[in-house]
Amino acid sequence: MAEVSIRDVRKAFGTTQILHGVSVEVADGEFAVLVGPSGCGKSTLLRMIAGLENVGRGEIAIGGRVVNNVAPKERDIAMVLQNYALYPHMTVRDNMAFSLTLANAPKAVQEQKVSRAAEILGLGSLLDRYPRQLSGGQRQRVAMGRAIVRDPQVFLFDEPLSNLDAKLRVQMRGEIKDLHQRLRTTTIYVTHDQIEAMTMADKIVVMQGGRVEQIGAPLDLYDRPANLFVAGFIGSPSMNFLKGTVQNGAFRFGDMMLPLPPGPGGSDGMAVTYGVRPEHWRLDDAGVASIVRLVEPTGSETQVVAEIGGQRVICAFRERVSARPGETLHISPDVMHTHLFDPSSGMRMA
Amino acid sequence: MSGAETISWTPVRKAPSPLARLFDSKPFLIAICLLPAFGLLAVFLTYPLGLGIYLSFTDTKLGRPGVWVGLENFQYLLEDRVFLNAVWFTVFYTAVATVLKFALGLWLALLLNENLPIKSLIRAVILLPWITPTVLSAIAFWWIYDPQFSIVSYVLVDKLHILSSYIDFLGTPWHARWSLIVANVWRGIPFVAISLLAGLQTISPSLYEAAMLDGASSWQRFRKVTVPLLMPILAVVLTFSVLFTFADFQLVYAITRGGPINSTHLMATLAFQRGIPGAALGEGAAIAVSMIPFLILATLFSYFAIGQRKWQQGGSDE
Repeated sequence: MAEVSIRDVRKAFGTTQILHGVSVEVADGEFAVLVGPSGCGKSTLLRMIAGLENVGRGEIAIGGRVVNNVAPKERDIAMVLQNYALYPHMTVRDNMAFSLTLANAPKAVQEQKVSRAAEILGLGSLLDRYPRQLSGGQRQRVAMGRAIVRDPQVFLFDEPLSNLDAKLRVQMRGEIKDLHQRLRTTTIYVTHDQIEAMTMADKIVVMQGGRVEQIGAPLDLYDRPANLFVAGFIGSPSMNFLKGTVQNGAFRFGDMMLPLPPGPGGSDGMAVTYGVRPEHWRLDDAGVASIVRLVEPTGSETQVVAEIGGQRVICAFRERVSARPGETLHISPDVMHTHLFDPSSGMRMA
Repeated sequence: MSGAETISWTPVRKAPSPLARLFDSKPFLIAICLLPAFGLLAVFLTYPLGLGIYLSFTDTKLGRPGVWVGLENFQYLLEDRVFLNAVWFTVFYTAVATVLKFALGLWLALLLNENLPIKSLIRAVILLPWITPTVLSAIAFWWIYDPQFSIVSYVLVDKLHILSSYIDFLGTPWHARWSLIVANVWRGIPFVAISLLAGLQTISPSLYEAAMLDGASSWQRFRKVTVPLLMPILAVVLTFSVLFTFADFQLVYAITRGGPINSTHLMATLAFQRGIPGAALGEGAAIAVSMIPFLILATLFSYFAIGQRKWQQGGSDE
């Protein structure tokens, strides 16, 4: 096992700058998730760690050794590719043993490692099948088995669940996390799905446009997003943003006032963006008036799309709401859980 | 509501005409769709083939209907040194040319599968030998192999001074044989290269990445990933190439006409030579019919080689 250091890594394809100086430290045994919208450079970064792309500038070190010019096979990593890339002409057993055959490992060692991986992943009965005879989830597991067999220092996952249907994705998400808890191998996982990031990661790296927006534990990112992008990206449904100004120690938009979160609130008259997560709205007779546009009961909660002062907000109430579209609902934010951002820089103020 | 009146309309169903009903009947459609193909095959394939086989058992000559002679033609051919030589050369020609075509064609296909700067231009150039009419390229080779005006001799002797005398490409048996093989390889490479390139492009690049991560060297990636995944298409292309080469006629007939001293006769050229200019239709037909067992062998090979491998069964790779 090993830690991974990414130091000020830059990369350009032709004249297009993909990564603008990315630095991330992944500790030994940690499960780090690189998350961001497509095109943010997360997959490129992962491929650079794997050695499938050259490092433009900066350094990547695995276990203290700079690997910029080390061939992929000598980096002691294993990678699960997005489309699994199972060799179609080999059985599950041969797929998993391929790296060992290439390394001329004795047959007994191959057999032992493959059966251990098969046992971990529950693939025992499928060893003699060919990839085409497997379902999506089984192929996914074989791809992971191929990685486990190598006993690597670092596991790399490149959007491994994006080809699976929603239900299987949730199941495999759990299996990967469980696997990590058993093997404790340093893992770097790329996804565009913030729910995967939130549920699996020890550490989330949010990227956008080739830059790191924020690094932190899932709930830290959720509770204290560093900027508007992270605030909007993490959490589903995403955070509500209201545009207005600071006035007399409160947030004013239109003719409504909302209390400011504790902390430095900005000077009077300053334009700010006020953020409230859907679940931090409460029904409150003393709150601001909102016009209900849409009510979506999910059973466990009720999502209400409403309009306050001409701005649309989404609220998620634990209680069942019987309001109908067009009616007025009085709501107020949980002031301890509101966020304030500077709209010009996008940075968090409080 | 805009106040425009609602126009009521109900679709009218007409009873289908007898002709329409006829065209809806599946057996009739099957019959009428198969008819042209059957007709063409019967007139241009079954009849000539049947006639050829029949003629091979007769002593028909041009202008004289023959009589049934049984296996006499074949017995005669078995002792005919020219025929046996043609059989041997046909097999040799097919084997050597196929091996060379595949080695060079695969090499070209692998090259074209890389990201070369002027890839499409090279691809177009590679196709040139294929789109040139065979006889035209044969005439070009005829000039290249000319004893006096050959450009090869000119370069080797007059420019590079490697050799002291001009090469007599088509005047001695072995020179002529190799010259024909070179011409055939030149003509056959595009088919192999383009088909294999198509095969290569179906192999997902991520498999190579996976192999690279698994620690495979570039040779191992070729041996363990490219070759097995290319096998299905390789078998098809190989079969076609063998069939085409074995039944080759134009190149040989246009360049050497089987000479010198009958050393470059293929079975096809010899069959023509004996049957039409030589007027011995029955004997010519017997030579052509002797090709059938070889062709059946090649077809059987393809039948087993093309047959799906176990790993190809089932769903898709994605």
